[in-house]
Amino acid sequence: MTQEAATAAEKKPNPIVPFMKLPEKYPDEPAYLWGVVCNNCGAKYLGHRTACGNCGSTGPFEETRFGDEGEIYSFAVVHQTVPGLEAPYVAAIVDLDDGVSVRANVYGLDISKPGPEWFGKRVKMFTEKVRVDREGNDIIAAKFKVTDGK
Amino acid sequence: MPVINVANACATGSTAFREAWMSVASGAYDVAMAIGSEQMGKMGLLGADGASREYSTEGVMGTGLMPGVFGQAGVEHMRKYGTTQEQFAKVAVKNHKHSVNNPYAQYRIETPLEDVLNARPIAWPNTLYMCCPTGDGAAAAVLMSAEKAKQFTQNPVWVAASVLTSDPYTPRNPTMFDINTLTRNASTEAYQKAGIGPEDLDMVELHDCFATAELLHYENLQLCGEGEAGHMIDEGATYVGGKIPVNASGGLLSKGHPLGATGVANIVEIVWHLRGEAGARQVEGAKTGLAHVIGLGSACTIHVLKK
Repeated sequence: MTQEAATAAEKKPNPIVPFMKLPEKYPDEPAYLWGVVCNNCGAKYLGHRTACGNCGSTGPFEETRFGDEGEIYSFAVVHQTVPGLEAPYVAAIVDLDDGVSVRANVYGLDISKPGPEWFGKRVKMFTEKVRVDREGNDIIAAKFKVTDGK
Repeated sequence: MPVINVANACATGSTAFREAWMSVASGAYDVAMAIGSEQMGKMGLLGADGASREYSTEGVMGTGLMPGVFGQAGVEHMRKYGTTQEQFAKVAVKNHKHSVNNPYAQYRIETPLEDVLNARPIAWPNTLYMCCPTGDGAAAAVLMSAEKAKQFTQNPVWVAASVLTSDPYTPRNPTMFDINTLTRNASTEAYQKAGIGPEDLDMVELHDCFATAELLHYENLQLCGEGEAGHMIDEGATYVGGKIPVNASGGLLSKGHPLGATGVANIVEIVWHLRGEAGARQVEGAKTGLAHVIGLGSACTIHVLKK
């Protein structure tokens, strides 16, 4: 085995945020968002939590897998951004059906016509390689596309 | 003489003022000075921003950049109350109009509604003129005990309330920063402590980092009822000469927003008006004013000043 092939074999895709998991068989098995539910009050969080912001409980927290569908709660259309990024993009707050909200790029909207008709648009998650880290591993992000129930 | 360095995001300067106020109010010192300064050209407090990191989620999983974050906050208000981009834009029209009379403002140009709406979009619904510019700045305030003040003046400006709040839990926060709840809590506490109601205010300097934010704070500071902010700007109630002048200085939209300086500068602005020293932008007969700042993460300060 050459050096290059060995390195390639060790590479593995990594999620861009800690509240996203990639199964061993990704991308054959889809990535998903996860978080915790406070056993005391039911508040839901993306990712880990050491104490509940709502009731102050220090646990236990139940780990949960969130579904990949939801709707647009609010948004902005970002035109001016950091160097190296393509703009404009729709930066939304998506309320997942499972009761937690996530920051998300949303695709499938007419970006030249933002307005109230975007509220409540049904969206579904998909994942995509967005960059490569220093070790050459793919970095995977969660994005959303408009389904309108389809 | 002890020196304390304060960092509290956009509320840095006002938190420093509050620390100085507590030092004097507690009796530990009889004179204290709060100095706010920032060189935004060097990124200021934002120097540690993660936008350029390898793992930044900017632009791939939504936005953490301020124009978008405050855009989303404004869009939430659109969703709840049918507020329009034009109503948000009117905030920029007003504040830039006020700035013409402020020699300390970074920009002193009027921006008619059409110009604001047609300006380059930064993060819809905020266009270029609806965003505070980047700039350096500094401000300072001297606080002293009532007894000490007698040595210098017969007409001091009083701190009637100094309040600092942080976020209580709300479900979407911090995925979507909640700029409302902590400001509402702070204003309620400030009015109680000052023994006044919002109707007793003669002027307000509030945190208009973006035009969208200003309208939300009309309601958060209880200057109008729930969902009435759009109507309030339509009526022109917050112009100098209106029912309750807001950001007579031109606001951050015109002055710029050097984070450390901002919170002290808007207190200084109120003091100048209460002393009748605000020149062409003077709010006539101002006796009571409120200065408001929020820093995300989050911190909200409100100071009520009285003559």
